Amino acid sequence: MGPWHESTERNGSLTVITFIQHDGSERMVDGDLGLSLMETALKHDVPGIDADCGGAAICGTCHCFVEASGDMPAPGSQETAMLGLRPDRAENSRLACQILVSDGMADITVRLPEFQM
Amino acid sequence: MPDYRGMPLEDLDVSDPRMFQYDHWHDLFARLRQECPIHYQPDSPAGPFWSVTRYEDIVAIERDTATFSSEPSIAIIDPEPDMILKMFIAMDPPEHDDQRRAVHHAVAPRNLQEFEVLIRERTSEALDSLPENEPFDWVKLVSRDLTTKMLATLFDFPWEERDKLTEWSDTFTSDVRITAGEGYTREIIIGHITACLQRFTELWHERKGDGKEAFDLIRLLQADPNTENMVDDPLTYMGNIMLLIVGGNDTTRNSMSGGVVFLNQFPDEMAKVRQNSDLIPSMVSEIIRYQTPLPHMRRTTTRDVELNGRKIAKGEKVVLWFVSGNYDEAVIERPNDFWIDRPSVRNHLSFGAGIHRCMGNRLAEMQLRILWEEALQRFETIEVVGEPKRTCNLFIRGFTELPVKVTRFQS
Repeated sequence: MGPWHESTERNGSLTVITFIQHDGSERMVDGDLGLSLMETALKHDVPGIDADCGGAAICGTCHCFVEASGDMPAPGSQETAMLGLRPDRAENSRLACQILVSDGMADITVRLPEFQM
Repeated sequence: MPDYRGMPLEDLDVSDPRMFQYDHWHDLFARLRQECPIHYQPDSPAGPFWSVTRYEDIVAIERDTATFSSEPSIAIIDPEPDMILKMFIAMDPPEHDDQRRAVHHAVAPRNLQEFEVLIRERTSEALDSLPENEPFDWVKLVSRDLTTKMLATLFDFPWEERDKLTEWSDTFTSDVRITAGEGYTREIIIGHITACLQRFTELWHERKGDGKEAFDLIRLLQADPNTENMVDDPLTYMGNIMLLIVGGNDTTRNSMSGGVVFLNQFPDEMAKVRQNSDLIPSMVSEIIRYQTPLPHMRRTTTRDVELNGRKIAKGEKVVLWFVSGNYDEAVIERPNDFWIDRPSVRNHLSFGAGIHRCMGNRLAEMQLRILWEEALQRFETIEVVGEPKRTCNLFIRGFTELPVKVTRFQS
């Protein structure tokens, strides 16, 4: 399945988020200001994110690997604590619920892990 | 039974396990949440302790592991000074994180997929052998049987000895001081710990270097550089074994029984899942919330701290009542309803929250999902035909007996 873009008209000021599943399939969606990457995935039915706790950074089931062309907010202490439990943690590991799409944010690529736990 | 609504706040006893035995606790925690969400009890068989009963307060504490430590114990009773088992559930970062990661692999979803076929086979066998049209004990023939077999599979424990796992688990969690005198004394518990450690040490040495693929928990510990020599530190080895035995036992077992009770209490929900089996995963989460098989965990303050206007001194016990948070009307809509397709159904506290959140959560959910997929396919009725008997234990909300009658679909 090749990449495809969901919105009908591209607004240049928006952040585009590309979700890449563990099997390599891709999906691009427009970010909504104020919505987290986790909420964005759920809104567009992008699989691979469980989000058990609903965004409080207390379950770790929205773990993902994030690449951005510009600056990203650094993880907070709770997010860092949860990421520390993941056997598959990488340099760019993040909790999708802790990154909110903000004005002027660069495009983001979100790689999903093989499984949430 | 105490009338929790009419008593002075200072007389409320949050340490009496009979509240779970007689399923008489809703009023107690409802009152605490409303009138005294951070409650101090100066005297109990486990000594003085604080109770935290609101969902949001529990989460706030779980996020602050520096102030609310899991050491020396997550049980309301302090460990015996000469027998402090080292288990990561009772450790703080960073040591906690290293140990947890090492055993996390064993219950990672990748391994679970391989287990699923086996679990389904064993579940099917157990359900197929149930008597029809006559009452039987669901706890014994289904819940205990299946969780024991699952644990034996996870450890690759000698099959014919598997009942020992459940016996040990029951003993470890049944200190006489939290069971209204029904449990075991220190001597008996230590005897079981010693026997358990001895057997698992033998198994470790039998398996070490036998070249077989690391699939069971013992070989997985041996295969990880962080834990490959764990057997040389018996208190750590035993701590981890105990954690895995208890973690995979009372929890799932009692949720397996609870589901039957709830679906009988709420026949409309049973009708819903009969009509749409896609609701089973959501129902499983709701069963786990509604049961809350481990009603609390304890933390210990590392400094003086103020919480919701109450001053808690350094070194005091703080008990987080997950069972109360799971019924907190401020967060959970219509909490007293068993509602299998409720919104945000996974958002409950039965697995805890934060870095100590249950490591076996996906395994537990899978076991319960398979049980209900197979049971609903076979049985036209699953009827509770007598009063369930409940566990008298402050640490466990569960069932010791559940009379049930089933009828099979005519094929």
